[in-house]
Amino acid sequence: MKWLDERTGLIRALESLLFRQIPGGTLWRHTWGNLLVFMFAVQTITGLALWMGYSPGVRTAWESVYYIQHVMPLGWLVRGIHYYTAEVMLVMAILHVIQMVWFRTYRKPRELNFYLALATALLVVGFSLTGFLLPWDEQGYWSAKVRTHIMSLTPLLGGMLKEITIGGHAFGHHTLTRFFALHAGVLPLVFLGILGIRMALMRHQWKQSTQSEKTSDPRTSPIWPDLAARYALAALVIMAGVLCVTFWPQWFGFMHKGMGAPLTAPADPSDLFASARPEWYFLFLFQFLKYFPGTLEVVGAIVIPSAVFIYLLAMPWLGNHRIGHSLNVLICTLLISGMIWLTWEAKRSDAANTQFVRAQAEALMKANRTIELASSPGGIPAEGALHLLHSDPMIQGPRLFAQHCAGCHRYDGHDGKGTFPEEAPSAPDLKGFASRHWIGNLLNPEHIATEAFFGNTAFNDGKMVSFVQEKIGTFDAEKQSALMQVVKILSSEARLKKQAILDSKEISLSAQDREAPLYDAGCLDCHAFHFEDEDVEGPDLTGYGSREWMMAFVSNPFGERFYGQENDRMPAFLDEGILTEQEIGLVVDWLRDDWFNPVNP
Amino acid sequence: MSKIRTAQEHVYSKQSIMDKSGQNKAPSRRGFMLGLMTVCTGILALLTPLMGSIAFVLSPVLRGRGKSKTGFVKVGVLASLPVEGLPRKFTVLADKEDAWNRYSNVPTGSVYLRRTRENKVIAFNIICPHAGCFVQVDALAKQFSCPCHNSQFKLDGSRANTDSPSPRDMDPLKVEIRNDEEIWVQYQRFKPGVAGRIPIG
Repeated sequence: MKWLDERTGLIRALESLLFRQIPGGTLWRHTWGNLLVFMFAVQTITGLALWMGYSPGVRTAWESVYYIQHVMPLGWLVRGIHYYTAEVMLVMAILHVIQMVWFRTYRKPRELNFYLALATALLVVGFSLTGFLLPWDEQGYWSAKVRTHIMSLTPLLGGMLKEITIGGHAFGHHTLTRFFALHAGVLPLVFLGILGIRMALMRHQWKQSTQSEKTSDPRTSPIWPDLAARYALAALVIMAGVLCVTFWPQWFGFMHKGMGAPLTAPADPSDLFASARPEWYFLFLFQFLKYFPGTLEVVGAIVIPSAVFIYLLAMPWLGNHRIGHSLNVLICTLLISGMIWLTWEAKRSDAANTQFVRAQAEALMKANRTIELASSPGGIPAEGALHLLHSDPMIQGPRLFAQHCAGCHRYDGHDGKGTFPEEAPSAPDLKGFASRHWIGNLLNPEHIATEAFFGNTAFNDGKMVSFVQEKIGTFDAEKQSALMQVVKILSSEARLKKQAILDSKEISLSAQDREAPLYDAGCLDCHAFHFEDEDVEGPDLTGYGSREWMMAFVSNPFGERFYGQENDRMPAFLDEGILTEQEIGLVVDWLRDDWFNPVNP
Repeated sequence: MSKIRTAQEHVYSKQSIMDKSGQNKAPSRRGFMLGLMTVCTGILALLTPLMGSIAFVLSPVLRGRGKSKTGFVKVGVLASLPVEGLPRKFTVLADKEDAWNRYSNVPTGSVYLRRTRENKVIAFNIICPHAGCFVQVDALAKQFSCPCHNSQFKLDGSRANTDSPSPRDMDPLKVEIRNDEEIWVQYQRFKPGVAGRIPIG
């Protein structure tokens, strides 16, 4: 030790720092600033670790964060600590400023301390804003879009500021690289700079305090061990709190599945994110802006916050007078209670908004589904996780159905997405299409003419409906059970995944065994079935309900193979250019319940 | 944290240093207990983020290798190889996993195939056993030659020069002829720079 001290003077320097008597005594509020330093250290450690796994590119950001969260050992823990410490740090930074006002430690000669605390709070906000975009998930992407839009409202410089921040006219590659450079490079350096200035300032103030006779507080105590003990305990409490949230986030109001930080679905610039909301600590701003619609937006977004900020800057001067200080305390109390009230009001009105609640549930479902797909044996392809979502029948099927099919069809009575249209359907209900249950109902005289099948179509007066009602309606018990066999055979043509085992067990593969029941029931008088027949009028039943059959049907129901010129109102979706082949495939796969299911792949 | 511990040890194991103004005093026994508690509390507070981050960063080593796939892949057809001709390079297409990405049927390596008889093909990994460069075929000298450090190998894979930089012969791979014409190779990589053949990855 003496060896080291002789050469570096380190030990003596440490002792002079640690054992110096600091004025002010040991008060818990003195731990505040040091807690921010502790949290910065935690963020640096976890941040550097995360940096080793994070890839800041539009096609790789979400993917790398998914990999950290769900595959890499303890990735969820490191990311969770980083995410929740950030939130605590933000609250602490703002309270740090407020407590300086409350305990009057911002007056002469400590004005600069106050400004440094303000600057620190702004920096932490900056960290939060830049960091939130980095996973490039829906939540982060849309939050950043809203914020940069608000930034662009700044008079004169707004547009330029926005373009510099996002690296161009629109969000893209450079937005991510810039935000990451800010978050991991620029802001930490500025923070360290401010920290350095603060330390130098404090040393100077300690010297001043102990040397002057008029110290406001005669109590003194050394950093070691008195103050340090309190710092350490406070740090431990904070860390314990962060770990609690990381392990059990649902207890604290987060809605995602699993431990650690949330990760919503990959950002999709072309899709709307109906449940876009800022993180809870900015909800007050979101609510506040609701009161400034249209052209008033700049007032609520720029003018008023700037006025508040200018007032904050003036507070140390005002605080030197008693009335000024009381005013400061009053304004701070109003601000804080305003923030709390606005946050509560935002949450309340969201909870009462059924559309929002549904959109939130859908966003959660999409997030879980993307993670499910990414964890599947196929993994994430080179095009990225968004491509996975775009080619998932489970997600895209209902959307496409609601958009293009639900004008006439229904799915279990609704439009595929859960909304029940007011007008009656004019085409069959397609839930379970080509399943045994569905075909059984189709061939049932009590159902075929209802709105669930042909009731509201031109075929209501057609030959099939009259065949089912008149012929099948008079089937005796033996013919009814033979009809059951027809239903099974026809349904097996669809090769539905759900029925695969049942079909292979019960349906014979021989053509004779399959065709005979249909012939006996009278189907083959009008339908072709595994043979060419030019005389038949009805749709070809070969491969009925199979993927190939359905693709061809939706592409062009006017085809000879299907309804020909008898087709009612259904468009030829491919031939008329309404849908691409890929989109038709997605709807068809969805209707056939053919999508990746981790439980039953 | 270690700096504080050192200072504490210094204070209590030796005489403390007092400066002229008398401001720096060594704490009492109560101070010692408090100091010890502080150190423990501080370490505890930093423990989880620190340990978590270290384990996270070390994960490639801690996680273990996982099973390496050594299945056969189809590389070419017999008809494309002349009997007793020079070795020809064929690309190995296989499924590849890179962190979160999974690619199917992408180039993952290359092999040399040489048809020694009507129905017999020998295969070598293109990677030089010396330091990992890709070996070339020297058509004039009718042998393999590595451009990096001049390792030379005969067409049967054995080292051609007595002072060859390579510690072993070229790495042969198992070949199966399926359906009378398809050449299937069991693609494997081996650790370069050692005499023994140790499969990797």
